[in-house]
This record gives sequence, structure tokens and C-alpha cells, in this order.
Amino acid sequence: MGQITLKSVRKSFGEVDVIPSIDLAIDDGEFVVFVGPSGCGKSTLLRLIAGLEDTTSGTIEIDGKDATALPPAKRGLAMVFQSYALYPHMTVKKNIGFPLKMAGMDPAEAEKRIQRAASVLNLTNYLERKPGQLSGGQRQRVAIGRAIVREPAAFLFDEPLSNLDAALRVGMRQEISELHQSLKTTMIYVTHDQVEAMTMADKIVVLNAGRIEQVGSPLTLYHTPKNIFVAGFIGSPRMNLIEGPEAAKHNAHTIGIRPEHITVGDGPWEGVVGLSEHLGSDSFIKVDVPGLGIINVRGAGELNVHHGDRIKLAPAGKIHRFDANGMAMA
Amino acid sequence: MARAASPRRRLLTTLAAWFVALLIFFPVLWMILTSFKTEASAVASPPELLGASWTLENYVEVWSRSDYPRFFWNSVVISVGSTLLGLAIAIPSAWAMAFVPGKRTKDLLMWMLSTKMMPAVAVMIPIYLLFQQLGLFDTKIGLILALMLMNLPIIIWMLYTYFKEIPGEILEAARMDGAGMWSEIAYVLTPMALPGIASTMLLNIILAWNEAFWTIVLTTTKAAPLSAFIASFSAPQGLFYAKLSAASAMAIMPILILGWFSQKQLVRGLTFGAVK
Repeated sequence: MGQITLKSVRKSFGEVDVIPSIDLAIDDGEFVVFVGPSGCGKSTLLRLIAGLEDTTSGTIEIDGKDATALPPAKRGLAMVFQSYALYPHMTVKKNIGFPLKMAGMDPAEAEKRIQRAASVLNLTNYLERKPGQLSGGQRQRVAIGRAIVREPAAFLFDEPLSNLDAALRVGMRQEISELHQSLKTTMIYVTHDQVEAMTMADKIVVLNAGRIEQVGSPLTLYHTPKNIFVAGFIGSPRMNLIEGPEAAKHNAHTIGIRPEHITVGDGPWEGVVGLSEHLGSDSFIKVDVPGLGIINVRGAGELNVHHGDRIKLAPAGKIHRFDANGMAMA
Repeated sequence: MARAASPRRRLLTTLAAWFVALLIFFPVLWMILTSFKTEASAVASPPELLGASWTLENYVEVWSRSDYPRFFWNSVVISVGSTLLGLAIAIPSAWAMAFVPGKRTKDLLMWMLSTKMMPAVAVMIPIYLLFQQLGLFDTKIGLILALMLMNLPIIIWMLYTYFKEIPGEILEAARMDGAGMWSEIAYVLTPMALPGIASTMLLNIILAWNEAFWTIVLTTTKAAPLSAFIASFSAPQGLFYAKLSAASAMAIMPILILGWFSQKQLVRGLTFGAVK
């Protein structure tokens, strides 16, 4: 089981309310991603769930039981840190086996679990090495191994891939997703990278200044953002947000158009191409349109436009409308 | 960017280093040389060096006149004992100050350090009387306690500095893995801070070994360590410089040898955290 419920959880450091008040329910087996810009309180929220920070008020329930005052070790959760936080003086085997040793597990059973975790994570040949002798990806696997041997109620990941290079990050992202599918254990994952959030999550929690802006599946957030913040944060390249007369035409204060919902060729908007990135499968271009600002355009395949070209654009898809308070309009 | 030193510059730097080293070591060297002279040669004016009459007589006499092994053993027990006891108290204290600091932690650290500024003689009478009342006077346990308390601020400060260098996430990981405070200290913090703990230990053994004021004030015969052994050679009739030097050389030799073999560890420990 790994059901986690936050009820009016508040955290303040002195006079500063980092998390004013949060209510959130995480179901057993869900892969939940906390996403938001730096300083939005996502890591603090994870640390509150882990028990590494005390709540100022509110309750945290794990599997229906109040765990607010429980120390980290008694919550039945395992955490993977951004810096891996491996014990540098212990071998891989001892690192993975440490939580079992702390639990006083029978050495034979512990050995079985260590071998099983090592085999799942392709670490069998590295068990006698120390963390300093491993690559970044291997270290991350050891950190995950240390978490899975405990068979916890839920895994907590605090930006676990941010120290890895781009290629390794994609690989590890897939491994973590596969691990979730095979273990079917609740996972809470913190990241500022919305691509990670979109690709891994069953449910995304978008945070901003300690508040939840929206909770939903990746595609729900993508297609029906509740407000301008979510609209701008989810999606890469980010949604074009346009104010003024163009928005007024749609009876809105602001309109939002995804870069892939703009076509190049003929249309009402004319501008000069600034940056253009051609990836083969996609083309990303930025067009400076007078009166509208910089418009992001994403085209499938190769768009034959280059820096300095004057082109015409047309909206060709869903137009999101927002009121003066930044909230989505029906 | 590293700057390549010219041979001339390197020579000057080396000469300057040797000059400073000799300047610092000169009193010790002079004492060792004096210990091999006759009493007459030791007090000759102007000082004799090449023309002095050399002898081993002082060592023979100091050895036969006193129970050197007993003083040596007392020094070992007192310096090692006070250091180990100090570490046992300082490791959890420094852990608390480094990883769960309160509002007044910095003030507490400064206050502890300030006690080192106090002249020892200011508290001599109350401590002397306290030791007599508690039956700690002239006992090894008494000296272990006194020297431990005297060096505790330094031990805590040094360990605090080393512990601050250990990433907090590793200790949090240990907490998540089910380690309580003692397991966290025993299995994670102490092994990681071992180089720092080792140099703290070495430095404090040296400090305790060299402590003269309290060891002379709080002992007479039974628990007296080597510092009191040296003092016993300054008789009311006057100072016998050659014998006093021989006694001093015998007293400092063990710690000098320990320092020599552990100098790398000491330097590494003392500069730990200075450069990231």
C-alpha cells in the first residue's frame, strides 16, 4: 500500500510561508510528479512527506494513518536524492544493504534482496566497488537499489536525474518508468523539468509559490490548463500567450496558442524569423510579429524557413482563453 | 592560473622556509645539544658549541634518579584517556551543532572558545580545592577529567568544522534508511569524518601530553606525567641545565616521534575544508 494524503499541510520558515496550505491525495501505485519553477516549494513538500522537515500545521496520512509526527524511518518511505547521497566509505553492496541492516533483517534474507535489486538494476558486477569508482548513472542506480530493497510503501525522488548528462537522463527516465510499471509502488517525483513530468507521470501536481496550481494527468494539463501559469509552464516550447486586440477578438484578456497549433504559409500574422532550430523530425522557429511579440512555432518535419525570412503565420488549432485574473475561460 | 616559479625564486623561498623552520626549532635543538653537555659546559658564557665536552652522563643520571617509565605511562594514560573521553563527548555535541543547529549554536561555540582565553591560574584555587574534596587530586582519573575539559572546546570546534563539510543529504539518506541518531553517528558520520577525527585526536594527544600547568598543580607523585617529571629537575638549590635538558628531551621524545610520523595526517586535518 502507498496511499498518501495531505490535509491543510502548511510549512513556514520563521515569518515566511513556504507552503501556505496544501490538500492533496495520492493513490496507491500512482506515479505523481511535483513540478514547478525553482523555489516553488516542491522539494519542501517532498521533504515534509519524507519527514525530513516538520510541518507547521496540518496532517500527513500514509495508508490512512497519521504520520505527521513520525520520524522518517518509521514512515515506510524510501527516498532517492539529487546528489545520490551514497555512503562513500561503503561498497555498493553495503550501500544497498544499509537499510536492511538498520531494520535488523536476517543476513541471508538481506543478501537475497541485495542480489535481486542488483540484478534488476544491472549492478551485479559492481557490488564490491565503492561509489567513487562508479559513473553517474551507476551511482543513481545504487541510490535506487538502496530504495527498492526496503520494499517501501512509496518512493520519493528529489530531482534524481538533474546531475546526469542529457543522454543518460533519457535512459534513466525510462528505467524509472519501467521500474514503476514492474513494482507498481507509489512514486512521488520532484522535478523542474516539465518534459520529465509529462513523460513519466500518471498525475502531475503543478506548484507555484507553495500553492497547487493544478492537478491532473499530463494530457489534461496540456490540453486544458486551468490558468495562464499552467498553460505557460506545461509544454515545450512554451505556449504563446497573447494579450491586447488579438485577444479581444476572442473575448478574452489573454489567448494562448500552442506552437504546434500555428501554421506557416498564409495567414493574418506577418513577422521576421529570429532563431530557427531544425531537428529533422521537428522545426522550432521564433518569429517576431509586430503587435504580438515573439511567437513560437513548431512544425513537423523540415520547415524551409531561416533566420531573417519574412513569413506569414495563422492560428490553426485550439485557442485557449484566459480572463484578466489569468483563469481559463470556458 | 598556476605560476611557474623561477629557480632563483624557488631557492629564495626554500631558504626562507628553512630559516623560519630553524628559528622555530632552535630552542628544541639547543635543549637537545645541552642535554649532551656537562653542567659546566651547559652554563658556559659565551655558549660553547664545537668546543663543548660531550657526555651521555645526564641521561644516565636522570634515568637512574627517577622512575621514567612510570611518568611515561602516566602521560600515555592521561593524554590518550582525556582525548578519547573528549571525543566521546565531542562527537555527538559537534554532530548536534553541525546538523541540528539552534538559534544560539554560534553563540555557544564562541562561548566555548572564549573559555580558552581565560588564564588557567584564575581558576586554579577552586579547581585545586574541588579536586581535593572529590578525592581526584593526584589521580589519573582526575587529570583525565581536567585535561578533557580543558581541551573539549578545541575538540568540539575542530569536529564541528569537519562535520560541516559532510553533505547533509547523506545523513538524511541514513535517516530515511532507518538509522537513529546513534546509528547515523556510528555508521555514517564517524567513518566519513575519520581523517578529521584522527587529526583532532592526534592534536589533542599532543596538547594533553604537553600540558604542564594543571599536571603540576593537580599531582604530586602517583599520577604525575612527564611534564611534572621535567619540573622535578628544577631543584630549590638551582637549575641543572644539562640534566633538565636531558629530562626534557626524554619527556618530549615520544610525542616528537608521534608527531613526526603523523605529520601528514596532522597537516591534512588542520587544513581540511580550507580549500574546496
